[in-house]
Amino acid sequence: MYLATTGAGATSGRAPRRGRVAGPVLALGAVSLVTDISSEMVTAVLPLYFVLQLGLSPLQFGFLDGLYNAVTAVVRLAGGHAADRGGRHKLVAGGGYALSALSRLGLLLAGGATAGIGAALAADRIGKGVRTAPRDALISLSSPPDQLGRAFGVHRAMDTTGALLGPLAAFALLWATADAYDAVFVVSFCCGLLGVLLLVAFVPGRRDLPRAATRTPRASPSRARDLLKVPSFRRILAAAAVLGAATVGDAFVYLLLQRRIGFAESWFPLLPLGAAAVYLLLAVPAGRLGDRIGRRVPFLAGHAALAAAYALLLTPLGGTALLVGVLLLVGVFYAATDGVLMALAGPFLPTERRAAGLAVVQTGQALSRLLAAAGFGAAWTWWGTTTALTAAVLALLVALSAAAWLLRGVESGRPDHFNARTADACSEGAAS
Amino acid sequence: MNLTPRASLRTRVLAVALAAAVLAGVAVAYTVQAARRAQPAATASEFGLTAGQLYVRDERGGTDDGRIAHVPLDAPEKAGQRRTGGGPACARFYAAGGTALCLQRRPGIPPKSYAVVLDRELREKRRIALTGIPDRARVSASGRMLSWTMFATGDSYAGSSFSTRTSILDTRTGYLVKNMEEIPLTVDGRRYHSPDVNYWGVTFADDDNRFYATVSTKGRTYLVRGDMRRWSARALRTNVECPSLSPDGTRIAFKKRVREGSSDPWRLYVLDLRTMHEHPVAERRNVDDQAAWLDDDTLAYALPSGEGGRKSDVWTVPADGSGTPNVLAREASSPSAVR
Repeated sequence: MYLATTGAGATSGRAPRRGRVAGPVLALGAVSLVTDISSEMVTAVLPLYFVLQLGLSPLQFGFLDGLYNAVTAVVRLAGGHAADRGGRHKLVAGGGYALSALSRLGLLLAGGATAGIGAALAADRIGKGVRTAPRDALISLSSPPDQLGRAFGVHRAMDTTGALLGPLAAFALLWATADAYDAVFVVSFCCGLLGVLLLVAFVPGRRDLPRAATRTPRASPSRARDLLKVPSFRRILAAAAVLGAATVGDAFVYLLLQRRIGFAESWFPLLPLGAAAVYLLLAVPAGRLGDRIGRRVPFLAGHAALAAAYALLLTPLGGTALLVGVLLLVGVFYAATDGVLMALAGPFLPTERRAAGLAVVQTGQALSRLLAAAGFGAAWTWWGTTTALTAAVLALLVALSAAAWLLRGVESGRPDHFNARTADACSEGAAS
Repeated sequence: MNLTPRASLRTRVLAVALAAAVLAGVAVAYTVQAARRAQPAATASEFGLTAGQLYVRDERGGTDDGRIAHVPLDAPEKAGQRRTGGGPACARFYAAGGTALCLQRRPGIPPKSYAVVLDRELREKRRIALTGIPDRARVSASGRMLSWTMFATGDSYAGSSFSTRTSILDTRTGYLVKNMEEIPLTVDGRRYHSPDVNYWGVTFADDDNRFYATVSTKGRTYLVRGDMRRWSARALRTNVECPSLSPDGTRIAFKKRVREGSSDPWRLYVLDLRTMHEHPVAERRNVDDQAAWLDDDTLAYALPSGEGGRKSDVWTVPADGSGTPNVLAREASSPSAVR
């Protein structure tokens, strides 16, 4: 039984009417929107702050950033695991949001001290890592299994709206205050705190979750590992990891675009916004499509769009056509894969393991993407862009074939009523 | 409305709305205060160019500030002279012959940079929008020819991946070369073609026609002598960066790469253009600056002060290799002496 509350916090088993997005999904979407404004504000100005204000080299900053991304991936597992223990999704997610919000004050107080800034950034990334899996678990627990794609689509669209507004707000603030980075940090803190308050007030807590999610006394690590015994989940995890290992990273794509078209470097921060706009528009349609014809279809098609984006960079096409084409394809990639993957994996996870299971998928994908980025960077250095890109397209096509094979028939026996089963079901396998 | 143990939806909406209003108030108040605290963005100056003064970019106080200040040349700060602040705000500055060049950088989408030409009263005469990070600025002795260098990618000469864009402006005719990379270049007696040429650190001779600069290509740097009227350049010598021609036109101060890699790569050298002999000056530390001549015997340059490298001090050293370096102005950069 999926969670069937509305924003009013009803505890009855009443199902949300068809065609309406569950209240908790909207509440979490609002939390993510506000939080993303807060975090993207800081993310957008940090490179400038580091390189221009503090005099760090871009290489030092890149190294720091990569290190923190790896930390985020690992912390995610802990967040998912902790959330599943007694169904404390709201508590764990709220802790993550609060930690990230407080880290802005750390940036403010650190002044120019590199150690202080490093600690504040670490706190931000840990908060981000901790909250992601419980949040996605809450979304999937709050929606009927056959409408998960749309629920995640709505959430990701709201989330991306925040990601679009954040950098604009940050640069507007810097412009208005003539480089007062502290104003950016203070405004970001206020947004982050509002996100935490929204979560506390409107997101359902433990007592509103499906009973199965709270009934289990504790999730021991050995039990969490049992998730891998669910064949469908194992296949989805493998497909996500294989595809992630052939995803070279947006920074490279934007860098290649810049080289091909030769626009000024200062326009760089605008490129992700272009892709985000496409993501925002297509997230809900992609999710709904997945609900109707099977979620693996948009998931695979999204990666095909990414392969097309790489291939486009290899063609002699130039100028605006190349720019629009690549940003469109990258946006389609995110819209068709990010939320859809959670919607694809969610129904195969028992409610009381939902957060941990989603965390495993996210971490697997993130780590394989880190590997891919490092590999592509090396290939670029040694072989040049054309060879490296060709290799990336081929790798992605091979990964797509492998993923299509892994995911064949995964959804044919979709366990829409899986959640009604006892907790032991996960060790017996999900195919019904 | 459901009867739940929690506060009703209405109560929660009201509470969150109230909290949002308070947070918005804090955010707006802080931003307004920050905007008020910010220096006026205009280049309005409280003083003009006067002979016998040393002009520097003042780095005391706020790090983002960088307004130009001046001290008497004959009575430097250690003699108790006070610095007079309140000049234009610049990332890099140089002044000579009644013309000043002020490079500015403003954040935004995208961040913008400007080369601002100022007259003797430091009033704005012309503003040229640019991209990149301001780096070097120079004005010919007469005040007619201007040149500046911006980092197009990267922000340091020490690493292996950077590219620069150097512009030259003739203030008498208004003729502007936005990127001098296309200048016909001769290396070892032959026309040289390569897509990877980068120019930086232009310095002008007294005739406002000849100039010297650094060109880098295929991992080597050359001193080039250029000719504005004929629009051509010829490589004279390797391993010379950021040249600066002495007032009498006989010597060039430059930074010489003495070590590969990005840690402590440069020393300050002086090249005699008649004999083509070079010698190091008494400064033993790593200098990454286009030195300025205070007179025919003395060089001034900025060095990072202490750790962190966010601020710098202006130092001075005899050009003939004798003596020792001395601090001329603490927490300052971009020295230029107006004679």
